[in-house]
Amino acid sequence: MTDAPPVTARGLVKRYGEIVAVDHVDLTVEPGDVFGYLGPNGAGKTTSLRMMLGLIRPSEGSVRLFGRDPLADGAKALDGVAGFVEEPRFYPYLSGRKNLRLLADYDDGASRTRIEEMLELVELRDRAKDRVGGYSHGMRQRLGIAASLIRQPRLLLLDEPTTGLDPAGMRDMRELVRRLADEGITVLLSSHLLGEVEDLCNRVAIVRKGRIVYEGALKQLLATASAGYRMRTTEPERARVLCLSQPGIEEVTLDGAELAFKADEDAVATLTIALGQARIGLTGLVPATASLEELFLGLTGGESSDHDRAEVVA
Amino acid sequence: MSAVARVYRWEISKLLAQKRTYLGIGTAALVPVIFVVVLVLQTGGPNDVPLGRYIRDTGLAVPFVVLFFMSIWGFPLITALVAGDIVAAESHNGTLKTILTRSRERSEVLTGKVLAAISYTLAVILAMGLVGLVAGSVAWGFHPLTSLSGTRISAGHGLGLLAASLAIYALPLVGVAAFGLMLSTMTRNSAAAVVGTLMWALLMQLLGVLPGTESFRSYLLGTQFDAWHGFLRVPADWTPVIRAVWVCTLYIALPLVAAYVVFLRRDVAGD
Repeated sequence: MTDAPPVTARGLVKRYGEIVAVDHVDLTVEPGDVFGYLGPNGAGKTTSLRMMLGLIRPSEGSVRLFGRDPLADGAKALDGVAGFVEEPRFYPYLSGRKNLRLLADYDDGASRTRIEEMLELVELRDRAKDRVGGYSHGMRQRLGIAASLIRQPRLLLLDEPTTGLDPAGMRDMRELVRRLADEGITVLLSSHLLGEVEDLCNRVAIVRKGRIVYEGALKQLLATASAGYRMRTTEPERARVLCLSQPGIEEVTLDGAELAFKADEDAVATLTIALGQARIGLTGLVPATASLEELFLGLTGGESSDHDRAEVVA
Repeated sequence: MSAVARVYRWEISKLLAQKRTYLGIGTAALVPVIFVVVLVLQTGGPNDVPLGRYIRDTGLAVPFVVLFFMSIWGFPLITALVAGDIVAAESHNGTLKTILTRSRERSEVLTGKVLAAISYTLAVILAMGLVGLVAGSVAWGFHPLTSLSGTRISAGHGLGLLAASLAIYALPLVGVAAFGLMLSTMTRNSAAAVVGTLMWALLMQLLGVLPGTESFRSYLLGTQFDAWHGFLRVPADWTPVIRAVWVCTLYIALPLVAAYVVFLRRDVAGD
């Protein structure tokens, strides 16, 4: 049981009447992963996390946390697991510290002894005696992290943890997640912010309309689209004809004065020599590596709200 | 401390941190004071209710008379304020998902809430009984009580009968609380659960006075609010008391079973 992966989902489906919110999701989060669960709003990320935490029942399929089933094993399935879905919620009429004490008493073990340490970590010790109703969004997010960490989790499930934070808050939250990952905590992070995922995660699953369209290493995903080049020459049309005659140069297109093509490095080296021999001046040659944003938009069919898109571009 | 005891302790802490708790208990305590003040200032009295004509004879009679008046909608409303809110508010505020992702089973969480709602209900009755007794005794002294059979009962014995009456009166009120908890769990909407509970309690009262309901009137929840009359008869009439025990057990158990079934299986999503 202890060797089981932190998260295993197989054939996970959640239907709400006619709507299929999560559609046969298979994913595995390995120990030590910072796993990005990436998709546009409404793609089914939060619903998946809710099923993982046992808050909602799958229509089909199963979830295992360290080999345990949240439906069959109840709260025991959450041993070593912490996190929150959507924004963390607390009792507004209780202080931050009292909220953590309450949650510690809902845990087994020594959660209570870690409260002050975690308040210090998320820089809320000075405001711990104040009622949560007076906290800013960012403070509640940080209290949510503290509430998770007092459980000493081995797996942390975070649903869009930087949503609604100002730039400094986002930076602090990412640094915190990175630090936790360095300490060996496995993190499953849902997000629609590509920069965040690229910055933090080693593996990703990209979800579209409830379905996983990619799962694997982030580096591998980025590498799949890194074989393109853009080139400018003194004579674009002659250069295009030359490209077409060169072995290993493919998908040649001419857009104004700029040529685009796909090739490996050897073919590019041969091409530049051929251009010189043909007395065609080379004014620019750059590898056209696809960004995660382009890959994401390609995989998700360009689905993203205006709001999302703005954040994606930012 | 057991898991349920921990949950229960925090449920009580949460209740103590909310204004509505004090509003309910405060109202229950205030009603007998107002009652006494009004009767001190005027000469008439509630002669058509049990023990009403003896209310100025002893402070002991005040809580009994107030029990009658509060059973119609006062106590059900005060009870529904908390029982109808205790699960629904957490659904609405999102704190339910916070506590359900810790190490407590759902059954433990709901049991803690049920016990807290029952404790509040008992506190409400106790507050009314104690304040009514003190306010009545200040106004008219602590003297022997005249029973519903017309016999005199010593003040000490009367005190014991008051305690027994409050206890048996608590049963139908816990039945109201159980119904409120069920609605709170099912509707996930505090206002709907509170209003629904009150409507249900009023319906029970209404059915009790409508003609043609005689055949099942003894088994209505509202009727059980009068079970304490049995203690005030000489000799004691145990029939309404015993009936109140088993009838109320059903009115308590059935909604609670429904609440558990729903709570243990329900999806906790964004409400």
